[in-house]
Formats: sequence, structure tokens, C-alpha cells
Amino acid sequence: MPPLCEVAGLKTHFPLRGPAAWLRALKDGKPPVVRAVDGVSFTLDPGETVGLVGESGCGKSTVARTLVRLVPPTAGSIRFDGEEISTLSDSGFNKVRPDLQMVFQDPTASLNPRLSVRRMVGEPLKLHTRLSPAERRERTDAVLEEVGLGADLADRYAHELSGGQRQRVNIARALVTNPRLLVLDEPTSALDVSLRARVILLLEELRQRHGLSYLFISHDLATVRYLASRVAVMYLGVIVEEAPAGELFDHPTHPYTRALLAAVPVPDPDAPRDPFVLSGEIPSPIDIPAGCRLRARCPMAQPVCAEPVPWREVAPGHFAACHLV
Amino acid sequence: MNAASVVDVRGLSVRFASDRGEIEAVDAASFDVREGEILGLVGESGSGKTVTATAILRLIRKPGRQTGGSILFDGRDLARIPEDELQQIRGAKIAMISQTPRTSLNPLITVGRQVARLFQLHAGLSAADSRKRALEMLTLVGIPEPERRARQYAHQFSGGMCQRVMIAMALTTSPRLLIADEPTTGLDVSTAARILDLLRDLGARTGASILLITHDLGVVATTCQRVAVMHAGQVVEIAPVRSLFRQPAHPYTRALVRSIPRIDREIVMEPVPGSVPSLLNPPAGCRYAGRCPWVEDRCRREKPAMTPVAPEHFVACFAVEDGRAAAV
Repeated sequence: MPPLCEVAGLKTHFPLRGPAAWLRALKDGKPPVVRAVDGVSFTLDPGETVGLVGESGCGKSTVARTLVRLVPPTAGSIRFDGEEISTLSDSGFNKVRPDLQMVFQDPTASLNPRLSVRRMVGEPLKLHTRLSPAERRERTDAVLEEVGLGADLADRYAHELSGGQRQRVNIARALVTNPRLLVLDEPTSALDVSLRARVILLLEELRQRHGLSYLFISHDLATVRYLASRVAVMYLGVIVEEAPAGELFDHPTHPYTRALLAAVPVPDPDAPRDPFVLSGEIPSPIDIPAGCRLRARCPMAQPVCAEPVPWREVAPGHFAACHLV
Repeated sequence: MNAASVVDVRGLSVRFASDRGEIEAVDAASFDVREGEILGLVGESGSGKTVTATAILRLIRKPGRQTGGSILFDGRDLARIPEDELQQIRGAKIAMISQTPRTSLNPLITVGRQVARLFQLHAGLSAADSRKRALEMLTLVGIPEPERRARQYAHQFSGGMCQRVMIAMALTTSPRLLIADEPTTGLDVSTAARILDLLRDLGARTGASILLITHDLGVVATTCQRVAVMHAGQVVEIAPVRSLFRQPAHPYTRALVRSIPRIDREIVMEPVPGSVPSLLNPPAGCRYAGRCPWVEDRCRREKPAMTPVAPEHFVACFAVEDGRAAAV
């Protein structure tokens, strides 16, 4: 089966502006650039959930936003259903949008406070389909029903809903056009424990029922383990390790992955703790070190780590970018 | 015998007046924090964790008020001592750090001065001495290049670094009790892990007891010695951390443990049934009754008392008392 979405060598850079940037440009001879995404490649099969994890500032949300063209890519290719979509014009891209939808982290900020639930969820249909108002309403109510929101909530406004209900509205709005790929950017982070569990189960049920593919972006590693079949770990604009979910969580090989997993508190007082930690903090994506990007923080760093890092298969389907594995 | 209590909360009730009636945010909550321990206070949003902490500091604002119970600190009831004496305790013997460290810092004063001011205020040190002590505190909480960082402002600090400054400020007066309200929420996993390490380490070194408020059972398991579980304003279970995770007794605790995805293994996840009940004129009896698989008539009428199920392990549930609750 050909992959549904194939991302290769994706780069998203943001040029810096302002007096400080101008001074730097004079000094370095070239304008400073934030290399938020700096060469990312992955594929997503139909019906598959790929988890993209990493800490704040690693570029995972920029990958998501680039994929749905909220920011333009700087370089690289994004093939969706066999078609190159990174070079499409904005109007050409609009034809792909119904198939490629996104759910955002903040369930409140991503809803329009002045529209009723029904109007918000129905809006993509107005933009992307030729359905009549009656057909739109029917489709909207069916999707609301599917995400567990009854018809009595359809006439309400965002401020009248709980956090969990708001995120369901966001999911309904993303689903209403019958997409094939949903980009989920931290959809459960703003939710309370019990609501989180319900949204996770809802997402899994919807995926199975409709054969959806998810790009699930999160720093909540336990949720990623629950939902994703494959997981990619990002650090400073690049993917440093990728593997089937169970394999990645049970046998992390990249030092960054190992440190990340070791930092997650396990709800079991007798669970063994890996004392592995990195020193320092994530460096600025403007001044990215050459060679391995983790080098300065890695307790295992060797002179070889200053060389370009190979992307190696360390076990079947398990890849890592590290000189030492 | 148990270690002595630093703070002993007995039957604490807090209500908020509203247009539609009284909101019973905390209903006869009892627990104690013992010398040198870290006690976790867990529960969903709206379970009354933060209100309980605020009541300990006697900072409940109108329309809220403490309607019952006592909060014994050093043998005295904090609810009954005069305000000027309370000033000697609040911030000095009981300190608090919040889940929004950046907004808790003054954006117009350098970080170093904010810490130093506390030494002037509470210990009466000279300006020069308090500056010196402030640098020592910043070093103690692991802020790199403290001399340079002390001259910076809060906006120049990352979230994790702000939280370290808050911890430094909370510890300047060598408090006996530190209340940490969701200290790692909003921080990255590795930053959060280091803040928890710091709290554990400083707690052990300074002898301060810590009341750690969190909704994250992972944080509880790795950081606390004992746990109190709150649901809708009621404390439903108190246990040593190992006992709580090995044999959770209250149906709410059991549901909570099953409702979180695990990083260490594959599990079948089940959300806690129902939702947190309204606290507006709630019915008498157990507030989990509406969500409980083992509910019977009595649960809606009467409130179960805390009964021991194992050493140091108490639970408020009729089903557990009667042996109706299924074995774990």
C-alpha cells in the first residue's frame, strides 16, 4: 500500500527581522534565520497513527503547521496521496484541505466565540462543498452526534461548553469534511485527567471507524504510546529516532529519547528509574551546532559526534541518528 | 508511632456564596502533613485541592469562607489566631509556590532583588548581606551563573528557571511547610523532572515538609511518601504511596488509576465514569455516589467515615467497609 503522506527533507525557516537581526546580518554576512524545522522526513500510511514527540521548541508544531500550510515550507517535499502539495498555489492547496484537517491544542482559543457550535462545525462544508443548507445541517448534526455532542449543544456558544466539549467541537469541525489525515497538535494537553482519557478513546474509535490517519503531536509520551503505532522523536528541528511505538518506549537507543523517557514520572512507586539526564537546556534554533545537535548536552559525546550524523536502522523498522548506537 | 504533624487539618469545610446558593468547595476534609514528608493531594480539577491549600494559608477571599474545622499548626489553630500573628507564619513558616511561576514574580524588579528583599523583610538582614544570601539561594536551587542571572528580570527566565526562583524565594525563611500547587504543570517533561528532584532534595536537606498538589499520579508515585485523594471537596482516601498504588481501595481512586495511559506498558484505559458533580447545594452523603459502580441507597444518605483498611491506609467508602467492593 502506498503511503498516504510522505514528507521528505522538510525545512521551515523563519527569517529574523528588526535592528538586532540587521546588526547580526552585518556581522555574519548573512541574515539570521530560525531553523525551526531543519530537514524532517517521515511517512504516514492509510489508517496509521504516527506520534511526533519532543519538548517545547523542538519544531513539532511547526511540522504540523507546515503540513496544513499555515506556514509555507522553505524546502523539501510533502506528497499527499501521491501528489506533491508543497509547491501548490494557495488555491490549489484549498482543494486538498478537505482531506487534510487539523485540531489545535487550545480548545477555547481555536473556537470562534461569536458562532454557535452548529455554525462553526458547518463552516468547512460551506467552504469546501456545494451542499445545500439543509444537507449541511444534516451532516453537521451527524458529526456532532458522532463525537458525543447531542443536538441540544448545537445551538450553544463556546463559552457555554466545558473544556472537553470544546475539544469535541474542534474534532467535529475537523471531521466534517471527511478528511483522510488529521493533524492533532497536543489535542489533550489542556484537558483534565478524566476528560483526557475520554478524548483519547474517542480519537481511537473515530480512527478505526473511518480508517483515518493521524499525525499525533504531543509531549505527553504516555498518551502517544497509547495511540500511536509508530513514533518519531524530534530535537532541535530534526528527527533523532523513529520506531514502532512499543519498540521505541521499551528500547530507546538515542540518548535524547532515553533522557526524555527517563524524565516521565511513572505512576508506580516501584518502577525502576533510569537516572539518565542531559545537562543544560535546548540551544537556540538560530545557532545550531554542527554535527550531532545534542552533542553539547550529551553525557556520551565523543569527538566523532562533531561529524555529520548517519541515519541508521538499528533494529527492523527502528532508526536512530547517533554515531554511538 | 507516627512522626509529629506539622499541620493537622481536621474537618475543614469551605463554602462560597453565590447567587444560586452555597458552593461547598471543601466538605469536612481531614489530613495531616508530617515532619519531613511530602504529602500528595490529588484529584480532578474542581476537587477542592487548591481551595484547601488556600485555606491553610487563610487566604480564602470573599465570597468564600471557612465554615468549619480546624487547621492546627504547631498546636495552634490557624483559623483562630489574630491576623498580625498570622503574618509571622504565612510566608515565613508556611510558604507556597504556584503553578504560574512567571506571573508570581514581579516583572519590574530584578530576580536577585526579589529574593534579597525577603531576607531584609523576614530576617532583618542588611542590604549587602541579603544580596549575598540571595545569591546563595539562587545557587542552591541550581540557577547557573547566579551573579549574572540575579541582575535579570523574570521575562528573561524560562518557565523552569522561574519555578526555581519561586522555590528559592519560598525557602528563604526556612519554612516548616511548603505548599507546592501543581509546580510542574506547563513545564516540559525533563524540566518538570528536575524541579521535582529539586523539591525532593531540598525537602530532605532543609527538613521542610511539602504538601504537593497535583493531578498527575506519576508525580505522586515518584515524589510523595503519602497521598490524600480528593473528590468533589471530600477526602476519600489517604494512604502511603506504595499501598495506594498496590491496593487502591476507594472506587474513585481505582478509577483514577485506570484512567491514565501508561508509558511503561500497554494497558486498557478506562475513563472515570460520569463527571465531577455540582458543588452547589450538594446532597448529603458520598459525593462519588453518582459515579460509583457499587452505589447503594445508604451512600446517598450518609457520608462514610474514614476507616482503616491497612496500616496507615484509610478510606471513606461503605462498599469497602461492607466488603461489597470487588477485590483489586
